Amino acid sequence: MALYNLPAHELGNKLRKKEVSSVELTRGFLNRIAEVEPEIGAFVTLCGETALESAALVDAKIGRGEPIAPLAGIAGAIKDILCIKGVKTTCSSHILDNFIAPYDATVIAKLKQNDAVFIGKANMDEFAMGSTTETSYFKKTKNPWALDCTPGGSSGGSAASVAAGEAAWSLGSDTGGSIRQPASFTGTVGLKPTYGRVSRYGCVAFASSLDQVGPITRDVTDCALVLNAISGHCEHDSTSYNLAAPDFTKALTPDIKGMKIGVPKEYFGAGLDKMVEEKVRGAIKHLSGLGAEIVDVSLPHTEYAVATYYIIAPAEASANLARFDGVKYGYRAPGCRNLIEMTVKTRTQGFGNEVKRRIMLGTYVLSSGYYDAYYNKAMKVRTLIIEDFKKVFGKVDILACPTAPTTALPLGSMLDPLSIYMLDVYTIPVNMAGLPGISLPCGFSGGKPVGLQLIGRALDEMSVLRAAYTYEQSAGFHKTAAPLGGVSA
Amino acid sequence: MKYETIIGLETHVELKTATKCFCSCPAEFGGEPNTHTCPTCTGMPGALPVLNKKVVEFAIKTGLALNCEIQRYNRFDRKNYFYPDLPKGYQISQLFLPICRGGYVDIETDGATKRIGITRIHIEEDAGKLIHSGASISDSDFSVVDYNRSSVPLIEIVSEPDLRSPQEARIFMEKLRSILEYIGVSDCKMQEGSLRCDANVSIRPPEQKEFGVRSEIKNLNSFRSVQRGIEYEQIRQAAVLDEGGKVIQETRTWDEEKGVTHSMRSKEEAHDYRYFPDPDLVPFVAEPEWVAKIAETLPELPDARKERLTGRLGLSAYDASGVIARLATADYFDEAMKHTGDAKAVANWILGDISAWLNSNNLEMRDFPVAAGNISAMINLINKGVLSSKLAKTVFEEMLKSGKAPAEIVREKGLEQISDAGALALAVEKIIKDNPKSAEDYKAGKDRALGFLVGQVMKETRGRANPEMINKLLREKLS
Amino acid sequence: MKVSAQEVQYIAKLARLEIPEEDLALFVRQFNDILGYAGMLGKLDTEKVEPTAQVLPYGNVMREDAAGTPLTQEEALSNAPAQKDGGYLVARVMEGGGV
Repeated sequence: MALYNLPAHELGNKLRKKEVSSVELTRGFLNRIAEVEPEIGAFVTLCGETALESAALVDAKIGRGEPIAPLAGIAGAIKDILCIKGVKTTCSSHILDNFIAPYDATVIAKLKQNDAVFIGKANMDEFAMGSTTETSYFKKTKNPWALDCTPGGSSGGSAASVAAGEAAWSLGSDTGGSIRQPASFTGTVGLKPTYGRVSRYGCVAFASSLDQVGPITRDVTDCALVLNAISGHCEHDSTSYNLAAPDFTKALTPDIKGMKIGVPKEYFGAGLDKMVEEKVRGAIKHLSGLGAEIVDVSLPHTEYAVATYYIIAPAEASANLARFDGVKYGYRAPGCRNLIEMTVKTRTQGFGNEVKRRIMLGTYVLSSGYYDAYYNKAMKVRTLIIEDFKKVFGKVDILACPTAPTTALPLGSMLDPLSIYMLDVYTIPVNMAGLPGISLPCGFSGGKPVGLQLIGRALDEMSVLRAAYTYEQSAGFHKTAAPLGGVSA
Repeated sequence: MKYETIIGLETHVELKTATKCFCSCPAEFGGEPNTHTCPTCTGMPGALPVLNKKVVEFAIKTGLALNCEIQRYNRFDRKNYFYPDLPKGYQISQLFLPICRGGYVDIETDGATKRIGITRIHIEEDAGKLIHSGASISDSDFSVVDYNRSSVPLIEIVSEPDLRSPQEARIFMEKLRSILEYIGVSDCKMQEGSLRCDANVSIRPPEQKEFGVRSEIKNLNSFRSVQRGIEYEQIRQAAVLDEGGKVIQETRTWDEEKGVTHSMRSKEEAHDYRYFPDPDLVPFVAEPEWVAKIAETLPELPDARKERLTGRLGLSAYDASGVIARLATADYFDEAMKHTGDAKAVANWILGDISAWLNSNNLEMRDFPVAAGNISAMINLINKGVLSSKLAKTVFEEMLKSGKAPAEIVREKGLEQISDAGALALAVEKIIKDNPKSAEDYKAGKDRALGFLVGQVMKETRGRANPEMINKLLREKLS
Repeated sequence: MKVSAQEVQYIAKLARLEIPEEDLALFVRQFNDILGYAGMLGKLDTEKVEPTAQVLPYGNVMREDAAGTPLTQEEALSNAPAQKDGGYLVARVMEGGGV
């Protein structure tokens, strides 16, 4: 198998055994990018030069016989929502297309301490608002399993880059499913950690009470490695848990005997693709065969989650995106005679339609006279959604369900905002409750990957990873590489 | 018609912390533009706020000093509006749950004590500064933004509409400054903007129960402008009503130079701040134990200090008020009292010569160069008869110049008062001899002549003679 | 509750956005679709439910009042679209045309 299709932990072993150098590995990824990027379009910015410099430093360390961190010298793709000092950070928006971050996000600083190599900034839906990566100002990213399909979103570039062998691992961010859904569509493993597990400092905010940074990788082992590198308390993020993160690789034991896995009936309702349901139910049966106890459960407020989300997230976003006014950084509309005109033109020209729509929605639900009817109501329903999970987690250890109701959809097929929003119906409740959730491949439908979602208790990524690892090692779907154009939608 | 004026004040106080409210940038005043900033206080994408503990402690301390109830559960909200000095497009503030509620301040007005209610105190962050290219905002074709002040911690103290005159409003503000200075939470420099207030002013006919429509006056940047701005506004509103018009609810800005308020007019866009809980900051709890600990750090407050001065030390209420109004002055007084027992004399010097000197040099008490102990030593010399009150002025001036101790100055300059009867008798005899006409006049009943003779003796002794003794000696010799 | 084109324009103004006339009808329709869908929350009785603004319970999160290193003026202004005299240069604040 080509090196670029190997998971990061195997590449790390080869580095340590000196079978290959980090510079060679990095060049390999850069060559792969040169080869497939015109078709995939996973990146907004490439960092080839600095990537090779970082790689050379790691090679020097290895040469001196110094120990290296698990991800050291291995190229990863970073969603363009995360600030890397001195590198363009655009959020795939026109309004930030010339913004060079003057500081490192905490997750980036942590990865730098691990000597990780950043190969480029990955494409995304503009400001992470979307589920197909089609709202990017710059380009549409294609799904490596079916080039006429979307890789999902909003972390579509991150997921596609890993699936296409352009990066060994990647970082995404997940506000309503933006890590797990593209992982599901691209046959990769995507983990949204517990809210507060990973620092949000330097991750451009979409909806602050929901956003969480996490890994998209080739397998569950890599997922644990990246999570180890990025998690932990951050003094710059008030919502970061002030407790030491465990060693997540300790969860990588193929043993789920006696684990109670709940299957929420509301996640198998109308709108779920038949083939997806079949594969997910098959995976649950497989888990049962591996020794887990399967329990039918109910999360009765699930049907309200999308509506709740589309009040809370836009409300927070409307404030978070108010800073883009053309004064301090980013795009400024030319030729304006006064300040209001400058602000309005800058924002009108700088934001795409989906972003505008959500800013407007958020402004509306917070505006005088509507706060109680919409925003406060949604915050109350959020409480009900959280209570659903609390009750269920008194009975089971994790939940198993589909990640998304469908497999990857054809590009341009979703025109109506509301039907795009429904793609996140199974992922949104997890953000609402701040829980950890993972998506991993559990089969194919028409040649396109299907994702299995496992959801855990707050701060219990360990159980989620253990179940995911056990299933993955037994089912083996992670071993199939994307054909790149070999399959049509 | 005669109207009653109803005033409520919203006072913004910049807290004297080392760092800003939500980031570790220095909060000190000044500096080159945009040199006290970081990603957080300039609203860079991805940056996040973390609350400064000292800000909360200062807010609680203020609440306690103003007799408020400290709220246990606290939270921050976002107040959304666009302006270039507000880098995030929202201000972090506390709308729904202010940290302090329901306090009061007692003020002295016309010799009586009046209690002014405090509705609430909340924490918020300051905005940056816009520097306009022209003489005024409307003459400016461009402006430049400096975020050094952005996110400096503020507390807003909202009073009940309990004030009834511009004079009361000013006294209230002065009292507030005293308290804030005493508890050490702010520099309270109105000229640097660390203490500023907006006034809500309305008027009503005396028989009317409900309040009239109010206007909010901004840009009251000195105690004088608080009083003048409100004075202008009550006259303006009265004129509107007298002409049969209606006062409209609006924001007006005080023009110090012209002495008028202008409507700010920007009413076409309704203010809809869309407050909601800030999800970047977690709620915090002010546990009673923490509040009690902060309460222990409260110093003696102005009212208690005044009581001490009028009680045990026997000062008049007027003098005591003068001494205690500013912390530096009150501390100077206390320091001086460590070295003398004459409170009245210390107060007189502070409120007299020292104040006059500070005023004429445009300085504050904290800049006064003479050590309090030296003022006391000087007073003691006077009381012991070593120094005359008249020559004390010379000593005072010399202390200002050289900083030397008064005893040393007296010795060096030979200013010691002559109280030796023998020495004075010689001088008196000489003067009587030199001025026979005056001596005769006095004997003939012209009392004024005595004054002349005393003056001549003083001249002869270069001011050092003890005036009472001269008087006595002259009378004896001429009787 | 139907949102009118006029209300949408008011919201746009609050958000400092402009909706071109030709897009307005579509925008209003989508706006109403989404709000109409959100209307389903009205079915739930939440009278006795506490709102959740944040998911997890935290203790007090505060930092000590200790100074860090600020950005240099050059770093702070490195992304400024326009600058002058060490500050961010902005267009005329008052409405109406400048020179």
